[in-house]
Amino acid sequence: MTKNNVSFDQAIQQLEEIVRKLEQGDVPLEDAISLYKKGMELSSVCHDKLQNAEKQLISIIDDNGEKKPFESTEKEDASK
Amino acid sequence: MTTTSYLTVKALTKYIKRKFDADPHLRNVYVKGELSNVKIHSSGHIYFTIKDDQTRMPAVMFAAQARNMKFRPESGMNVLLQGDVNVYEGSGQYQFYAQVMQPDGIGELYIAFEQLKEKLAKEGLFQPSRKKQIPKYPQKIGVVTATTGAAIRDIVTTISRRYPLAEVLIFPALVQGSGAAPSIVRALKRSQEHPGLDVCIVGRGGGSIEDLWAFNEEIVAREIANSNIPIISAVGHETDTTIADFVADLRAPTPTAAAELAVPNQLELLERIASRKSQIVSMVTAILSHERKRLHRVKSAYPLAYPERLYRPFVEKLTRLSEQFEKSGRTILDQKQERHRQQKMRLTLQNPYRTVHQYQKEVNSYETRLQIATEKNIQAKGHSFSSKIQLLEALNPLKIMDRGYSITYQNDQVVKSVYDVDVNKPLHIKLQDGVLLASIDSINKQSKGESS
Repeated sequence: MTKNNVSFDQAIQQLEEIVRKLEQGDVPLEDAISLYKKGMELSSVCHDKLQNAEKQLISIIDDNGEKKPFESTEKEDASK
Repeated sequence: MTTTSYLTVKALTKYIKRKFDADPHLRNVYVKGELSNVKIHSSGHIYFTIKDDQTRMPAVMFAAQARNMKFRPESGMNVLLQGDVNVYEGSGQYQFYAQVMQPDGIGELYIAFEQLKEKLAKEGLFQPSRKKQIPKYPQKIGVVTATTGAAIRDIVTTISRRYPLAEVLIFPALVQGSGAAPSIVRALKRSQEHPGLDVCIVGRGGGSIEDLWAFNEEIVAREIANSNIPIISAVGHETDTTIADFVADLRAPTPTAAAELAVPNQLELLERIASRKSQIVSMVTAILSHERKRLHRVKSAYPLAYPERLYRPFVEKLTRLSEQFEKSGRTILDQKQERHRQQKMRLTLQNPYRTVHQYQKEVNSYETRLQIATEKNIQAKGHSFSSKIQLLEALNPLKIMDRGYSITYQNDQVVKSVYDVDVNKPLHIKLQDGVLLASIDSINKQSKGESS
């Protein structure tokens, strides 16, 4: 699984799993090191995914199933 | 009037009916009482009796009006009725024709709510086992609500603030008024057909119970209950509870709360990721230091720390053995050499040289004796030989030839008889000083007794 196609959900679950495995204690050194590498990788994947989601995709699906961007009324409210 | 005219029953009834019709007070009557004998006909007409402590009156509510009722009338209920009183010609009975029926005391919507709630609860639609798990980290979030108003704004801003990672898809619906319930149902269906939705928020902002009523409608409740994606309900304010809230997989008190329940907070997530990261680091560091200590302990263990002590006993043993070996080797060598020396001495003593010398002397003496003896023998033989020669010389036939004798040969054979010769061949006659070659002329045989 590469950095790009893993979902945030999968990545954070794998990260939790790694922490859980390490917490169990009796991990051989080699495994601990590979878990560590994987854990560092996953934490940066999770971090990047959260940080890079700058603009949220918000759209309206109309009756015909067509997608169009949603213009938030917030700005109008703010201008009032 | 002498002749009495008889009215038909029908005419009389018509007359009475006309009286009822003519009276404006009976055209629009408000009456309150208790329902009894409620019968709902399959056509939708409701037949019942309205009564109080002392009196009762048959009543009917036709399907056209009954359809608008939010609740289902039941015997024993106190109701407020609006309608008119008239005569049913078929039975000649007057009865109350209800246009509007409302519960007396508690609101009709409340009753309708309670009734639908009870019905759906009986069907098991509120069972906790039916509730679907809300995904922790949704990627696509559906929102079924009006595109204008506070609810959508609250939901969108809350999700944007907490979890910009997710995509928000809005399925617009009317959330108020008569067309609201079917509109919500359609929007819910569209959201379910949309691929990849992880969760769906259904709701609207606050309002009166009538405003929120669409979320108490049975079709909406059933659509939510049958949804194949988890649904979070978010209707009105915290104090408002709708049927939709009961059937939804998760009830949020407000649209903002629904958005908070639908997505995690990215700041908390970032903190959690950071804390997991530091947990991993500290745990791996702990493992490493533990293993390092272990390694150190093993390395400083006695045999590894002083490896020479491991082989020292062997070196010592080897040294001892080689010393022993050398020593015993030398002893054996000495013994052998001594023996060799002794043997050599014995051999020297046994030297055959003297014997040889002695025998040599003997040989010499024998040689001398042999020489002397041989010389004597040769001398003796010489004497004997010369005497024999003298004798032989005296006997030499050639000496006789000096005196005139000759020897005749034919074919190298000495001719001794006349019978031995071949007359055709030559004769060799050897004389003292040469040989004569002669041929035979004739042979004279000597008669016996005759001397030559």
